[in-house]
Amino acid sequence: MSFPWAQEYKPQGAVSKWVDERLPLPRLVYNAVGAGYPVPRNLNYFWNFGVLAGVALVIQIVTGIVLAMHYYASVDGAFNSVEHIMRDVNSGWFVRYAHMNGASFFFIVVYIHIFRGLFYGSYKAPREMIWLLGVTIFLLMMATAFMGYVLPWGQMSFWGAQVITGFFSAIPLVGEPLRQLLLGGFAPDQAALNRFFSLHYLLPFVIAGVIILHIWALHIPGSSNPTGVSVKGEQDTVPFHPYYTAKDGFGLGVFLILFVAVTFFAPNMLGHPDNYIPANPLSTPAHIVPEWYFLPFYAILKAFTVDFGIPFTGIIIIPAKLMGVLAMFGSILLLFFLPWLDTSPVRSGHYRPLFRKFFWYGLIPSLAILTYCGGKPPYTQWVVLSQLAAAYYFAHFLIILPIVSRIERPLPLPNSITEAVTGKPLPAAA
Amino acid sequence: MVRLIAFLVGLFFSGMLLLGLGDTVITAIKEPAVPSVEAEFHEETLPVSFAHDGPLGKYDRGQLQRGLKVYSEVCAACHSLKLVSFRDFAALGYSEEQVKALAKAWKTEVPSINPETGEPATRPAIPADKIPSPFANEVAARAANNNALPPDLSLITKAREGGPAYVYSLLLGYRDQAGYKNEEGKELLKEFPEAATPAGLHFNPWFANLNIAMAAPIAADDQVTYDDGTKATKAQMAEDVSAFLTWAAEPKMENRKSAGWAALGFLLVFTVLAWMSYKTIWADKKH
Repeated sequence: MSFPWAQEYKPQGAVSKWVDERLPLPRLVYNAVGAGYPVPRNLNYFWNFGVLAGVALVIQIVTGIVLAMHYYASVDGAFNSVEHIMRDVNSGWFVRYAHMNGASFFFIVVYIHIFRGLFYGSYKAPREMIWLLGVTIFLLMMATAFMGYVLPWGQMSFWGAQVITGFFSAIPLVGEPLRQLLLGGFAPDQAALNRFFSLHYLLPFVIAGVIILHIWALHIPGSSNPTGVSVKGEQDTVPFHPYYTAKDGFGLGVFLILFVAVTFFAPNMLGHPDNYIPANPLSTPAHIVPEWYFLPFYAILKAFTVDFGIPFTGIIIIPAKLMGVLAMFGSILLLFFLPWLDTSPVRSGHYRPLFRKFFWYGLIPSLAILTYCGGKPPYTQWVVLSQLAAAYYFAHFLIILPIVSRIERPLPLPNSITEAVTGKPLPAAA
Repeated sequence: MVRLIAFLVGLFFSGMLLLGLGDTVITAIKEPAVPSVEAEFHEETLPVSFAHDGPLGKYDRGQLQRGLKVYSEVCAACHSLKLVSFRDFAALGYSEEQVKALAKAWKTEVPSINPETGEPATRPAIPADKIPSPFANEVAARAANNNALPPDLSLITKAREGGPAYVYSLLLGYRDQAGYKNEEGKELLKEFPEAATPAGLHFNPWFANLNIAMAAPIAADDQVTYDDGTKATKAQMAEDVSAFLTWAAEPKMENRKSAGWAALGFLLVFTVLAWMSYKTIWADKKH
């Protein structure tokens, strides 16, 4: 399904024709990321990040498969096997540092990709399914990243696993048995490490599968664009190849330069020193912190400090810990409902003056504060700041967005993408 | 319906967070946080620079060899270096023969079995061996060290905030606690009389909780005699062993940096070409 003016795949030569009649895979690629996919002509650099996320996944899978050839999932051997990779395996240090920093860059790219979706309203009709699949991919990525961080079996690996699986024990009645089921024991140990390794190898391929659905769903309505105005005719689009393959090639170069700069010159910048200490169940690190990409959610978890109960009776209905866990998961799950919370028919934040204010002066600062405070020890100033920011985060999506969509008066939209680009109204005949 | 439920959930979460905020503020006013002795007296790392710093930095082979000497004569009495093999010392500029000699002469021998009787025994190290640990196991290490466990040093510069500067500062950071003042002029024992260093520990403001089990390992100048004639001041020995331990933690650093420059050079050319083709392809399209 595509626009009627999409170029058609014409196999050249006998072999191509033979293949096309039997398994039209080249045709599929041509229509998905080739000249057969018409794309709005006005995409800005924020639209590079989907392709970059795909590249980041490929980097992770390729480096990960090589690491798995040398890694040994055992509580006695895991830490040393990682050091064996760093010291003795040919170019092992490169593969390992690339995988370690690749995870961070995958999240950087995906966060920018999500930011793009949030600001330009990419989640709105008719693209809700793309968004839902995207949030699913994000959840799978978080699970994969968490389990991957456990594998080197350093101090933060172990205690991170302890803390994160501890969330489940906050669930009433079934919490503790559920936690034991996840870990295969009472604490993170051999059973947990083995299953985390197994799942860490499996989930990236599940992610790849959901990405195929994500792209399939994208090709039904076609790509959105910075004006949010739907494509009206052929003059509004260009073929993906060569226009966007060229632009993505440039974007990829810039991305790889930054990735290489960190991987080769500051490979441990984004990590925590404690993970170079072998896991020790008898010694708790002074501050247990997750990887940077989980910090906003960790801050939300820690921001809940009072129990919910009936005042003056001492009856507690939801303890603070459980509420923190619910809110942490809720802060991501609420994204699933975003297409139905933001009801404004205007997609792009450019034409939504009120939305834009809350977005730039509310949502973005609150996320920045949560990321910062998530890595800080629980001193009063950091707790207060993260409580304020977390309160805004929930209010933004659940209260403010629905109201803003109702009361806002959007700016006039351009008549078409071409008009927005050229500044000239289209001739009446078009 | 979705929006109604969302509104209520949002109200609940935000409300509980604001309640929590009030609670946090009230608690902070009622019971102001007491400054901890660590927060007031723990020191940032001392200024020190190394030949291997920066994206172009390379290890100073002479310094690494001096550092190995400090490690083997001072640190190795208590601290293991389990992840490093003798053969790795070739990277410090030693020949194959010298590495063999180093391994053979190492003070601790490698656990082995007597080939005749099968009884536990020891044998001299060979280049393929990891550096033998000074203690047979953790219990032996604790028994010999007042119940403290000397950490393995293979990754110490990557496992501590500050890296080599931390090791350097810690080695030189032993102070007399009586009358010790921080930079603001506050006297530790006057502000925190209960924080006096317990018997068996040693005061060191560069250690996380200020009291470290290890006695000052580098106690006097010329504790080690350097083969290259460098004057073995305390600072020199601390610097050399910090450099050596950086190498032990990151032996492939030079390969990493040179590969990094090659990769950056390639990518720069690639990116410029990609930018030019992007501009060429889009030349006739306004966007």
